[in-house]
Amino acid sequence: MSTIKLTVNGKAVATDVEDRTLLVHLLRDHLNLTGTHIGCDTSQCGACVVHIDGRAVKSCTVLVGQAHGSNVTTIEGIAKGEELHPMQAAFRDNHGLQCGYCTPGMIMSAIDIVQRHGGRLDEATVRQELEGNICRCTGYHNIVKSVLDAATRMKVSQAAE
Amino acid sequence: MGVEGIGARVVRKEDRRFITGKGRYVDDIKLFGMTHAHFIRSPHAHAKVKRIDSSAAMKMPGVVAVLTGKQIVDDKVGNLICGWAITSKDGSPMKMGAWPAMAPETVRFVGQAVAVVIAETKNLAKDAAEAVTVDYEELPAAPDIRAAIKPGAPQLHPEAPGNVIYDWVIGDEAATKNAFSNAANVVALELTNNRLVPNAMEPRSAVAEYDAAEEHFTLYTTSQNPHVARLVLSAFYNIAPEHKLRVVAPDVGGGFGSKIYVYPEEMVALWASKKVGRPVKWTGDRSEAFLTDAHGRDHLTKAEMAFDKDNKILGLRVKTHANLGAYMSLFSSAVPTYLYATLLSGQYNIPAIHAEVITVYTNTVPVDAYRGAGRPEASFLIERLMETAARQLKVDPAELRRKNFITQFPHQTPVIMAYDIGDFGASLDAALKAIDYAGFPARKTKAKSEGRLRGIGFSCYIEACGIAPSKAVGSLGAGVGLWESAEVRVNPVGTIEVLTGAHSHGQGHETAFAQLVSERFGVPISQVQIVHGDTDKVQFGMGTYGSRSIAVGGTAIVKALEKVEAKGKKIAAHLLEASEGDIVIENGEFKVTGTDKAIALPMVALAAYTAHNLPDGMEPGLKETAFYDPTNFTFPAGAYICEIEIDPSTGKTDFVNFVAADDFGRLINPMIVEGQVHGGLAQGIGQALLEGAVYDGSGQLVTASFMDYAMPRADDLPSFKLNHTPTLCPGNPLGVKGCGEAGAIGASAAVINAITDAIGNNKLEMPATPDRVWHAIHGNA
Repeated sequence: MSTIKLTVNGKAVATDVEDRTLLVHLLRDHLNLTGTHIGCDTSQCGACVVHIDGRAVKSCTVLVGQAHGSNVTTIEGIAKGEELHPMQAAFRDNHGLQCGYCTPGMIMSAIDIVQRHGGRLDEATVRQELEGNICRCTGYHNIVKSVLDAATRMKVSQAAE
Repeated sequence: MGVEGIGARVVRKEDRRFITGKGRYVDDIKLFGMTHAHFIRSPHAHAKVKRIDSSAAMKMPGVVAVLTGKQIVDDKVGNLICGWAITSKDGSPMKMGAWPAMAPETVRFVGQAVAVVIAETKNLAKDAAEAVTVDYEELPAAPDIRAAIKPGAPQLHPEAPGNVIYDWVIGDEAATKNAFSNAANVVALELTNNRLVPNAMEPRSAVAEYDAAEEHFTLYTTSQNPHVARLVLSAFYNIAPEHKLRVVAPDVGGGFGSKIYVYPEEMVALWASKKVGRPVKWTGDRSEAFLTDAHGRDHLTKAEMAFDKDNKILGLRVKTHANLGAYMSLFSSAVPTYLYATLLSGQYNIPAIHAEVITVYTNTVPVDAYRGAGRPEASFLIERLMETAARQLKVDPAELRRKNFITQFPHQTPVIMAYDIGDFGASLDAALKAIDYAGFPARKTKAKSEGRLRGIGFSCYIEACGIAPSKAVGSLGAGVGLWESAEVRVNPVGTIEVLTGAHSHGQGHETAFAQLVSERFGVPISQVQIVHGDTDKVQFGMGTYGSRSIAVGGTAIVKALEKVEAKGKKIAAHLLEASEGDIVIENGEFKVTGTDKAIALPMVALAAYTAHNLPDGMEPGLKETAFYDPTNFTFPAGAYICEIEIDPSTGKTDFVNFVAADDFGRLINPMIVEGQVHGGLAQGIGQALLEGAVYDGSGQLVTASFMDYAMPRADDLPSFKLNHTPTLCPGNPLGVKGCGEAGAIGASAAVINAITDAIGNNKLEMPATPDRVWHAIHGNA
């Protein structure tokens, strides 16, 4: 057992967990942040993607000890109160989700993609960058549309800030 | 059409909780005192279970119990059943072997559970499972159809000699033979329909709780049809009577058929929750999903089609072997028979059809319905035959199809189905235009000059959806009726709850069903709540599969809305002192036509519940129910055309264009419909290019993770161009047909037809991986 201290969605967290605990289990089982999902056991599907210190990471590949002292953001932490993050709004407006299970990981990955590529995103780039996130419902058509739409919205909202 | 009524592209009501991480899936549920289950599974495809020693595990920290197959059999938990009876051509019933929830004596596929550890945490349960010793005596395995039917093959079940479950026929054998003897040309094909793993992104999960005071169970589970689950758990598995068992399917992360069935893990969780006196949670990991979720497809087929000298089809003869795995899953028997062979007429006038289907036990996980369920196999067969025929007869593939299209409706096929309506030519025309078929030869020539092989492929599919009327499916062997129910409650303040027996696991019912209410009463969908997935709330229902939710479930809602409207009009007429026949509904108000007298829906509802001033003899309240049983299947149909390019040096296929023209009847929410088509196309393309479950000779599943089984990723797929060519279904008041499976049914033939066109070699099996395509181009050297 170790005491793990980290910041999750802006709140300081200190918790005693088994050393073998994965970050995704800390989030889901100990902090009740069940928006982060588990869709596989080989780090392929991306349903568990969160941001660690601003970078998209599969939380099923991270032991809690590795996240000690870091700043973690989950799907529950990206809206500003009632105001959705532009990526969340874009997924809703473009029907970028169906069953919703892969969606949190998709959104967290997509935000990272837009942040890394800025305004230089096109369909082919989005498709390549989504390599680590599997969706079985949408055929990705509307996910790609959502990400491209959000890229524009995020540029606009950054310019406004 | 209102702003949020039928035909409106309304964004989904349910999305907000999903995009903010507030969806509630089964694994998100935590109950007080909850324990965790981990199953001990057979590493062998076929073996005797000689001994299970759990003594060391029981001493480990946090272990609550280790329970075995022998115990579940001793406690008289029922064997798993198949709910659709099929009769062989010799009149004998299908031969079903016993399937206990955990194997007491014999395991017949890798991954079959023999015992379960219940512990305080999942990790402790996994630790203890490592300490349970199981002695097996390995038996020879038959991991595929050919191995199972060859002389001297290992025998799986004593009930099924030669591992044959049934040998079933449909159609007119003599007439078909006659058609072939009169043929000017015969086109023959041998086809493999590759075995697929459904892989809904949410793994299956079950949380079971037993209330000893009430002798009552609650099961939270990943189900597409919670009422059917309760029925089966009660009537056949002896878990508890229906009034002592509540089944809840909350947010469910995709199903595609694989969550129709009651699985052993849910039975064990319920049984164990009473045994240990605490709630039990089991959540499968992806490896368990690969090993234990029902797989799909897996057919070997020989087919031939007879043509006259004018290239009109005279007859079709089909012989299919279908793999049902080691045990008969809930609807497995119906999939390669009534959901497959009844669609073998496709979109074409075929005077004579004869099909024989032989189903086989193998040492693999059971096979059952997966998106399309039998209809993708039928569509693939017919559309590969048509494309092959066009090449063999040297005619244009579009024109060969057009020449043979059914154009008069209703149309009785030789294989049970009576198509009610359609316009196959309109779909084909729309698709041809969308892909610029006329320009294809120039594009092919240009690609060739650049060293690339370009091909175009067609697929004109038809499917039968709704899987009802009940009387019809009953006569074909179904153990249940396949109607749907709905309840519409207008609350005293005028908000509306709709309780439906359909279940949404991605289909957007909370929005589309609310649009039906908005259309009728003019209320915003925000005032409508769709309630589903809980046997304590919803009166009954058959669930969601077979593209049935809007055609059957939606119509049930419409029927209940009609009753609410009729009663509301009576109340409004009474309050407005008008004749009932003069009341119309506009923008959420009951109005006396031609006057300015009106009363809003909430006031009518309030009057219904205060009951201070109702017409004489009227019961208070404004709530109505309906059970709806269709008069026929619905028949969505369409045309898909795929244009691809192949790099001959690598064999890799790249999409240039993929167009669809579908006839789903009236669209309630075109945005949702298009999303369903996109997903279906992706699964059909996945089958054609990427996916295939592979068992090795010893029965090990070698494609048992996302590292080994190629799920379609974003960069494997194109963006799709969709068109709609609707003809309104005459069989239901909405004119709807269903759209959930079409893409998966039609896409794979279009892709393979395109690739074989490009490479000039018609011999190519799915999945058409670069390796296979390269060999098909360059020879098998």
